[in-house]
Amino acid sequence: MAFISSGYNPEKPMENRISDIGPQHFTEFLQPVIKKNFGKWVYHEILEPGVLKHVAESGDAVYTVRCGTARLMSVTHIREICDIADQWCDGYLRFTTRNNIEFMVEDEGKAKDLKKFLNDQKFPGGSFKFPVGGTGAGVSNIVHTQGWVHCHTPATDASGTVKATMDAVFDQFTDMKLPAPVRISMACCLNMCGAVHCSDIAILGIHRKPPIIDHKYLDNLCEIPLAVAACPTGAVRPSKVEVDGKDYKTVAIKEERCMFCGNCYTMCPSLPLADKEGDGIALMVGGKVSNRITKPAFSKVVVPFLPNNTPRWPEMTDVIKRILTAYSEGANKYERLGDWATRIGWERFFEVCDLEFSEHLIDDFRDPAYYTWRQTTQFKW
Amino acid sequence: MAKHKTPMLDQLESGPWPSFVSDVKQEAETRAKNEKGIEYQVPADCPDDLLGVLELSYNDGETHWKHGGIVGVFGYGGGVIGRYCDQPEQFPGVAHFHTIRVAQPAGKFYTTKFLRDLCDIWELRGSGLTNMHGATGDIVLLGTQTPQLEEIFFELTHNMNNDLGGSGSNLRTPAACMGMSRCEYACYDSQELCYNLTQEYQDELHRPAFPYKFKFKFDACPNGCVAAIARSDLSFLGTWRDNIRVDQEAVAAYVGGEIAPNAGAHAGRDWGKFDIVKEVVNLCPSGAITFEGGKLAIDNKECVRCMHCINTMPRALRIGEDTGCSILCGAKAPILDGPQMGSLLVPFVEVNKDDDFQAIKDVVEGVWDWWMEEGKNRERIGETMKRLGFAALANAAGVPIDARMVQEPRHNPYIFWKADEVEGGWERDIEDFRKRHQR
Ligand code: HEM
Ligand code: HEM
Ligand code: HEM
Ligand code: SF4
Ligand code: SF4
Ligand code: SF4
Ligand code: SF4
Repeated sequence: MAFISSGYNPEKPMENRISDIGPQHFTEFLQPVIKKNFGKWVYHEILEPGVLKHVAESGDAVYTVRCGTARLMSVTHIREICDIADQWCDGYLRFTTRNNIEFMVEDEGKAKDLKKFLNDQKFPGGSFKFPVGGTGAGVSNIVHTQGWVHCHTPATDASGTVKATMDAVFDQFTDMKLPAPVRISMACCLNMCGAVHCSDIAILGIHRKPPIIDHKYLDNLCEIPLAVAACPTGAVRPSKVEVDGKDYKTVAIKEERCMFCGNCYTMCPSLPLADKEGDGIALMVGGKVSNRITKPAFSKVVVPFLPNNTPRWPEMTDVIKRILTAYSEGANKYERLGDWATRIGWERFFEVCDLEFSEHLIDDFRDPAYYTWRQTTQFKW
Repeated sequence: MAKHKTPMLDQLESGPWPSFVSDVKQEAETRAKNEKGIEYQVPADCPDDLLGVLELSYNDGETHWKHGGIVGVFGYGGGVIGRYCDQPEQFPGVAHFHTIRVAQPAGKFYTTKFLRDLCDIWELRGSGLTNMHGATGDIVLLGTQTPQLEEIFFELTHNMNNDLGGSGSNLRTPAACMGMSRCEYACYDSQELCYNLTQEYQDELHRPAFPYKFKFKFDACPNGCVAAIARSDLSFLGTWRDNIRVDQEAVAAYVGGEIAPNAGAHAGRDWGKFDIVKEVVNLCPSGAITFEGGKLAIDNKECVRCMHCINTMPRALRIGEDTGCSILCGAKAPILDGPQMGSLLVPFVEVNKDDDFQAIKDVVEGVWDWWMEEGKNRERIGETMKRLGFAALANAAGVPIDARMVQEPRHNPYIFWKADEVEGGWERDIEDFRKRHQR
């Protein structure tokens, strides 16, 4: 393969360098009706799952068709998206904050034809390429992370857990039959790149074994004070060991204080902790970011561990479906999952979702833990 | 013919949801055929090897990426996430597999021209795989080799007039909801403010100068479609100060069943006839709404602008006209001290394009000056706030102390006073005390 230069000259790297130009201005990309009615919208309607109508003061309307994506996508797929946008939408499209695609047209009939067309496109393996949905009181796309596709600190895979979950709840993506939207998010370690700490349902990769210490290399590869400072529970301290008759500067980890967060590994390559049997996922529920009726809330851990049963994580999808069903049957209209659980009481939540409550679910992290215990005699039998 | 056997991943090709495995396979095939005769600058079988290494991880239950990786382009201290496979002999196509973060337009609107140009660069110089988009907002180009980084950067800047996004201890790529482009709830132009601040602080974005990472996000109303309150160190949420605009005729149309509540968001189930008292009046968190004699009235002074009534009856109720934004500070994920959402710092500030958003920039820079001085190594501003107190942040930002800043006043009396706040100060003589009180 022959090297093809872009025009960059490695001999004179700073020559002709353009920097600090940022992204392009978004108005370069606005579809004409959107541009014309910018800031002048008066109302919207969800015509059917995946199809929105926005009406402007001028009387103009724009119809949006929303469809799901795997987020991880090839240029072949992006070009196919472009083909659709060229054919139906004069070459305009957008992506949402949950990584869905939105195609905008100016005619209701066309929107419905486009929905049908999108729903007809399939991969050779049989999955939909562009399933239409994700609007209103249903389950939209899962905000997720890198997993085993690209990151070095995951305790599980992102793309796989997400595909397994979306397959299991697919009918909620294409319909709007829940009490309120349910946002599902996924992060493959507790850095929580994304929205795991603030979602109705969250899938989180966790470890259960302390790091293995690569004593012989640690001092060469790591800034020891940074690894020490990385530990939320103060389990890491500097130390010295003798290996094969040689002294090494290294760290010691108090195993009974380690809760396997992996942050010391983030800071120090000589402290890996991934492990097939130890690693798996925790499930959290009840978070939200909107200010509607109740305040934004953190998601809470309700299942401390489920195994990484690749490639489809059946234990995980089973619990998620159970929680969704109990919520759907029990919650009032407009009530988000966390609001419902708070109203009925968490002791009741565990009962109706048929989940086991164990000591792992009781907070023991510093001062704030106290505020999560029950300082009242109000409880249900 | 696929390069590696992937029995586990093959099982993720079935089921209705778009399969990333099918898509990566289709890219692998396209590159194997290479009908366009492209001189691929990284191994043509890069997507095959990605599937191979992923299959190995599905068997081992462990990641196969080496720790870290420091690569980039001259002039910048971030923008590229370096990554190396820990089985390079078995999967040479992904021995290097660096990610490039590309700055995205606010609201993620695109023309096909832009996307096609980007695909052309990436097909030639990368794996042909992407994330659309990263959680922070960037276009993510997933997988290339070190020698290609400068080439890609040169083409991006020279041919596409587009820059990299952020990574490292700096300002990360800001993101906005779609705002005024297509939403009647937008209280300010979230995209314009996002664009303006991104350009203003390019230096802070490309060259790490902070104790740790720092993110901006812009939601044009309290619904939070870009989740600013949970996912950005400084969150800008649109709001208003005057009255919700009520159209009584449209209210009657909702009550009469002519318009579906919540724009039809619950149409998939029979929730019965719309009951304005049950679904709006009684759910208002402030009890600020009354419905008498067929007229809906709002005691706007008591309204906390939660959006519920507007969300439920978008054709009858509209946001006020005296609009601006609130600024919240300190959201972060759990590491180290526990997760935080943004805490209200500025209840209301005008979003004024005419003076280049100066009032907002004053707050941003006040906050940065303080945190860059006081923040410890790898301490998010949310943690600095916890360590040094909220009042210190407010003072640094030049924001007057306000009861709106707290959910409730403190319940412990461990109150600090400064010496100059106390009559007579702190300089005291024990002998003087002893004149009144014997030992
Ligand atoms: C180990 C290396 C890491 C990798 C490969 C990684 C990868 C990523 C990626 C690809 C994104 C999306 C970025 C974008 O859109 O441009 C992201 C976002 C994020 N990362 Fe990481 N990350 C790493 C470490 C961390 C650490 C150490 C933390 C926190 C302690 C963290 C917290 C986050 C959060 C909270 C977001 C999402 C922010 C948002 O919602 O906008 N990550 N990460
Ligand atoms: C005109 C009205 C609205 C427009 C145009 C709008 C637009 C959007 C879009 C396009 C998305 C990404 C959706 C996806 O990919 O599934 C989104 C996400 C979201 N919207 Fe809205 N939205 C509107 C009203 C609302 C309302 C009424 C609420 C809350 C009650 C809300 C809260 C959210 C939240 C929380 C997210 C997801 C953020 C996240 O978790 O990452 N939005 N919105
Ligand atoms: C020389 C110093 C102190 C003396 C002589 C003193 C004396 C007392 C006495 C006689 C009682 C009543 C005990 C009873 O009902 O049996 C009491 C109760 C109490 N004291 Fe002190 N005290 C002192 C310092 C403090 C300090 C420094 C604090 C807090 C920081 C404190 C907090 C309390 C509290 C909270 C109670 C009520 C306890 C309860 O509710 O059970 N005292 N103290
Ligand atoms: S959540 Fe953790 S493992 Fe996943 S991409 Fe982020 S840092 Fe990596
Ligand atoms: S994994 Fe986390 S808790 Fe355990 S030693 Fe490392 S930093 Fe500390
Ligand atoms: S945050 Fe508010 S203004 Fe922005 S898109 Fe969502 S609903 Fe509209
Ligand atoms: S916006 Fe919320 S608080 Fe204000 S009147 Fe409507 S429901 Fe009540």
